[in-house]
Amino acid sequence: MSSITPQEIKEEFLKSKMGIAGISILMILVVISIIAIIIIPVETFQEWNNPENWIAYPKIAIPAWANTFMIEKIPEHKILENPNIQNISQDEISLTSHQFGVNFDYDDFPNDFIYIFSSEYTGSPLLQMSVLRPDGIKIELLTTSLPRSNSKTIHYERIFSTDEAIKKNLSFQSEKFEFALDNLSAEDIVFSKAQTNEPLKGNYIFSIDLYGIKSESKINESKLIIGGKAFGLMGTDELRRDLAIGLLWGTPLALFIGLVVSIASVIMGLFYGVYAGYKGKKTDEVMMRFNDVIYALPALPFLIILSVTISNSIFLMVGFLMIFGWVGIAKVSRSMSLQIKTRGYVDAANMMGQKDSKIILKHIVPQLLPYAFASIAISVPAAITTEAGLSFLGLGDPSFPTWGQILHDANTFGAAARGLWWWIMPPGIMIAITGLAFVFIGNALDVIVNPKLKR
Amino acid sequence: MKRYVATRMATMFGVLMITLLITIALVGSNMDTILKQGIVFQVRSEITENPSIAQSFSSVDEFEAFIQTQIDQRVRVLGLDEPWYSPQRIGITMYKILLLDFGHATFLTSDSGSSDVKDILFEKLPRTVLLFTTATIIISVIGIFLGALSSSKIGSTIDRITSSFAIISSSFPVWWIGMLMIFLFAFTYQIFPARATPDIPSSDPRYIGSLLYHMALPLITIVMIGFGSWAYMVRNFMIGIMQEDFIMAKKTIGVNQKKIIYTHALKNAAPPIVTILALSLSGSLGGAIITEAVFDWPGMGRLYFEAISVMDLPVIIGATYLLTVFFLISIFIADLLYGYFDPRVRAGQ
Repeated sequence: MSSITPQEIKEEFLKSKMGIAGISILMILVVISIIAIIIIPVETFQEWNNPENWIAYPKIAIPAWANTFMIEKIPEHKILENPNIQNISQDEISLTSHQFGVNFDYDDFPNDFIYIFSSEYTGSPLLQMSVLRPDGIKIELLTTSLPRSNSKTIHYERIFSTDEAIKKNLSFQSEKFEFALDNLSAEDIVFSKAQTNEPLKGNYIFSIDLYGIKSESKINESKLIIGGKAFGLMGTDELRRDLAIGLLWGTPLALFIGLVVSIASVIMGLFYGVYAGYKGKKTDEVMMRFNDVIYALPALPFLIILSVTISNSIFLMVGFLMIFGWVGIAKVSRSMSLQIKTRGYVDAANMMGQKDSKIILKHIVPQLLPYAFASIAISVPAAITTEAGLSFLGLGDPSFPTWGQILHDANTFGAAARGLWWWIMPPGIMIAITGLAFVFIGNALDVIVNPKLKR
Repeated sequence: MKRYVATRMATMFGVLMITLLITIALVGSNMDTILKQGIVFQVRSEITENPSIAQSFSSVDEFEAFIQTQIDQRVRVLGLDEPWYSPQRIGITMYKILLLDFGHATFLTSDSGSSDVKDILFEKLPRTVLLFTTATIIISVIGIFLGALSSSKIGSTIDRITSSFAIISSSFPVWWIGMLMIFLFAFTYQIFPARATPDIPSSDPRYIGSLLYHMALPLITIVMIGFGSWAYMVRNFMIGIMQEDFIMAKKTIGVNQKKIIYTHALKNAAPPIVTILALSLSGSLGGAIITEAVFDWPGMGRLYFEAISVMDLPVIIGATYLLTVFFLISIFIADLLYGYFDPRVRAGQ
């Protein structure tokens, strides 16, 4: 084993294309993690398993960009939160009007539309909902009065397009359409051409008017959702969760698991092996037998039993993975330290009366560092895939959206059978890319550390 | 040599015992709770079947006391009054397991309906051997051939393709590729069945054909993901050996390149390759738990997964024991083979 200076390693590493590629991918992943931590509030990912949080999102929606490859454009799911607000007051009547403009440019009807609002009022204001279509036809959707209250009250409501009153109102306006409206849902009528039942493209304006008599009434929160089948960067899953958030948050989690497990196990293995090799004799024998025992334990079955019986918390899981990670490294560092031990300077240091701990730290461990770095990089992918595998079996920490967890959900809801490629492909690709980055770095280092592989 | 074999065997046996002990320690307390619940249930149902017992008591307290003594009696007969970690109970449990007496499964049964853990295990094992051992053999044959080929032409196109394929394939989880393969070849293009479990009974003469057909997709997936890293490994061993002096000497004498690679170099690379082959063959017996779960292949891996999801403890203990035994035997064989091929190992001990 030849000694290489850190400077040489750096130079050699920068020369290797593989190493550069690995480092670049890793950098991108780190940037993604930072973005995820900064822009997505921690609360969002803690709410990952809370269905209430995802109610405004569509079910199993394809990523929005997929539309560019489609001849028939799939309606995109739109959540409109910023209406044009007008307040008019005349005599005793006050009017608050919220208008949402929607550019509808798709070849299929939307799934539904939902208006969510909360309003503050006294008395019993009147709520009117109507839509002005691109062809100039105005359709009244709903006229309803909010529940009466003598004192100031806050009322929260969701108006669904499946509302009976909307259906009734539409059937009163059937003369505006040249086809029978029976058995058609509200969104299929509102977004339809007047002549035939086909989607009408263009700008729609939804207006919600709130009339109050002799009293102030206002709308605090106002949200219109046009339900579609395409959404966001990565689409959504069966439980309406935005997969982009899950995938983004998966990155720092995977890096955390991979790096902590591999760094900790390499350090453990390194010191264990070096100590055993340096001490030799009985100590070595006993330590290596213990090493054999851990080596012979079947790792995956044991990890499964541990996570079922003890806990599936992500932090404990990291600990369990470490138990099985250090064994191989201990074996190699032992044999390396056996070689280094015989060198003159170690003998010299020994004779000068230096402490064992100092000799190990100062003279032996630094020699093994290049090897240690290579092993850290090489063992990261295994840690990540093992954790992903456990999560895939449903044994992972359910409170964290790891990539394995997403794939587990995909498998439970039969994503493969239903052709939901956006639910299966991205998590696996992310796992593979992360693994690849470390394999590249590890191989590039390995070539430098083991000159035999060079050529 | 004899001493070497003896010490190895002793170590292996020790390891086996420790593994067993850890497994029992991990599931022991749960097992007791489940067994005790079983007894309570059994006693109560026996009494409800016999109304005359209930009628013979005048007060409710008396009746409850009778039930309690019944339960206590049975608990004592089964030795459950002592905690699972009492030396006596652990001793008995381990002795039973050593003799392959794993008891009866709590929930799972074999296809023929037996709930004896031994029957279940030995029914699943051949299927895992069929799929995973076949795959391992195919992988190693392709791998050794490709590895030797690319080591003879370092830097050539075939070497580059093999190396990059090895690196890329090693970072994909097999089970994820499995999901993709099911997605592509079972649903999008309906070539292979999605579930790997054959749908006709094993007594039917067409059963074997159906089994092979169902096996195709998992087999292709495992081989596809596996052979790359084998080839890369063999290549690296070979490159190391090709730089040794005796090969250089052969080259200078003018021995044909092909002959050097396939006889001299491959022979010298044999010890590590055979070791790894032995280890991966035994590793294949466990069947990749996750891969079997994805393909729904009715082998050891899926059995293990099912046992864990319903917490069927006797099955978990039995399967862990069997897997450990196979693993240890193969480490042992690998050690012996290594000693046989490389005399330095024997001398070193």
